[in-house]
Amino acid sequence: MSRVSVENLNVWFGDGADRVDAVKNATFEVPSGASFGLVGESGSGKSTILRAIMGLVTTWSGRMTVGAFELGKKRPKDFYKDVQMVFQDPYASLHPRHSVDQVLGETLSLHGFRDIDQRIMKLLDDVGLGPAFRFRYPHQLSGGQRQRVAIARALAPEPSVILLDEPTSALDVSVQAEVLNLLADLREEHKLTYIMVSHNLAVVAHMCDATAVMQNGEIVEVMSVADMRAMKPTHPYTQHLLDSSFGYRPNAAQSA
Amino acid sequence: MRETLLDIENLRVTFPTRQGDFQAVRGVSFTLGRERLGIVGESGSGKSMTGRAILRLIRPPGRIEADRLAFHGQDLLAKSEREMQKIRGQKISMVMQDPKFSLNPVMRIGEQIMEIYRFHTGAGRSAARAKAVEMLEAVQIRDPERVMRAWPHEMSGGMGQRIMIAMMLVTEPEILIADEPTSALDVSVQTQVLSIIDRLVRERGMGLIFISHDLNLVASFCDRVLIMYAGRIVEVCEAGKLHEATHPYTRGLLGSLPRIDAPQPRLEVLRRDPAWAEAPSVSGRR
Ligand SMILES: Nc1ncnc2c1ncn2[C@@H]1O[C@H](COP(=O)(O)OP(=O)(O)OP(=O)(O)O)[C@@H](O)[C@H]1O
Ligand SMILES: Nc1ncnc2c1ncn2[C@@H]1O[C@H](COP(=O)(O)OP(=O)(O)OP(=O)(O)O)[C@@H](O)[C@H]1O
Ligand SMILES: [Mg+2]
Ligand SMILES: [Mg+2]
Repeated sequence: MSRVSVENLNVWFGDGADRVDAVKNATFEVPSGASFGLVGESGSGKSTILRAIMGLVTTWSGRMTVGAFELGKKRPKDFYKDVQMVFQDPYASLHPRHSVDQVLGETLSLHGFRDIDQRIMKLLDDVGLGPAFRFRYPHQLSGGQRQRVAIARALAPEPSVILLDEPTSALDVSVQAEVLNLLADLREEHKLTYIMVSHNLAVVAHMCDATAVMQNGEIVEVMSVADMRAMKPTHPYTQHLLDSSFGYRPNAAQSA
Repeated sequence: MRETLLDIENLRVTFPTRQGDFQAVRGVSFTLGRERLGIVGESGSGKSMTGRAILRLIRPPGRIEADRLAFHGQDLLAKSEREMQKIRGQKISMVMQDPKFSLNPVMRIGEQIMEIYRFHTGAGRSAARAKAVEMLEAVQIRDPERVMRAWPHEMSGGMGQRIMIAMMLVTEPEILIADEPTSALDVSVQTQVLSIIDRLVRERGMGLIFISHDLNLVASFCDRVLIMYAGRIVEVCEAGKLHEATHPYTRGLLGSLPRIDAPQPRLEVLRRDPAWAEAPSVSGRR
């Protein structure tokens, strides 16, 4: 059964000469327990799709369902208990004057949990941060540690669907490996469904079963990771992305 | 003979903390010629602080010390703050790691690029406007006229990054310090943006310090690479030979990369050896 489905989604901003059609007619389905990738051009609407699912943009049309819920203009109260998002920018998404303890504690009490103390300790442990980090502020954490706090906050309400926007692009490769292993373990343990935006095709191949490829607001192709590993795309833009993903080649810049 | 733009010897950056002094950069030495010099290393290893120290952008009480910090033979540590302001942006530009922090949130994108260009060249408004649009096109912004009128919060992650690059290149600096400049870009746009920087290095002889955690990118794009750990350089190598690096730390970083062509059930994680931090810094001077 599909856990998340998006059908003919359109999202736009502004009007007149400044109107942007950020997402055009996007359609995809994510089965329960699967991980689905969103890759593609910078500015092609990947973050906007996640924000639309979360109810953070108001100007959209089409059909979105999460489980049995059909999403309208407003999200029902318990929606954010079921669906959480980790934002693209780990610097901007944590309040500079809130300690880790405050961030997690507030999220937990917002969702009506009682045993907050115990849960904070468990969450920190889940994301591989010890109790020593509990009373630190964002500026006292490295980029990787901050990203783990953002992931812990998303896990706090015990959601079954997590939307991840470039969860590792600010991290060095060793911390990236730790975070990806953690996400895989959590998915296994809690039967989570992920939608994951990344510009790193190797990361998507490692984490996902299938991925949508976006260009200029449109999904140009949905491909399985098996086809991606076999370098068998159907759309020329995907081919171009795959060709560019093995490092810098000066000639590739001219041929684009 | 190889021309040296920057000559750095025994650079240290220190922050006083309640537990005593913390050395973020611990005696780094390297030179920069008209080349593409990569700096890689894990989070917190001192890459950004090295870049910022060159421009003397470490906020007090943080301190910068060096036996030598010379740009074209001139001692940067001896310059007045006024003289440094002329150097920053015009002679040496830096693309900061966090574009959204560096853009002014209450000023339209176009105005910001035009202002920098006019400040450094004295050009008129219409010339500056044309130049700004041209730069946005060069960094592959799809709709430059709209973006000129847009606010920073209306930009996607990768658009913000490209706008910063456009702003830093508009003055045609002699040295560009680029701190994770393409981490939010798809590989295709990344190739285009890097080709602009590449051209400035090859045709105009710009010197580039390219800070990145993308090892494959550094290996294919740069000429030389410094590998940093705990505020020191642990290894220096030719970029093309990065995959043959020998230090166990560098091997560990390379081993933690996921690969499209070879699926793994679990990724390798780094096991750190305290001895790595103790070894003296390797010199990147030549
Ligand atoms: N609040 C907004 N107001 C106006 N335009 C917006 C707004 N948010 C996004 N856009 C526009 O929508 C388009 C898609 O942006 P989005 O952030 O979804 O891109 P993205 O695919 O996530 O890109 P990146 O990989 O660079 O993060 C862009 O052209 C952007 O300028
Ligand atoms: N104001 C400060 N006070 C104390 N320590 C600081 C301060 N600013 C930076 N540091 C420390 O200096 C060290 C080096 O930081 P730097 O930003 O250079 O790391 P980096 O290699 O760029 O890491 P990343 O890949 O995460 O960007 C880090 O351990 C950081 O915590
Ligand atoms: Mg985005
Ligand atoms: Mg840094």
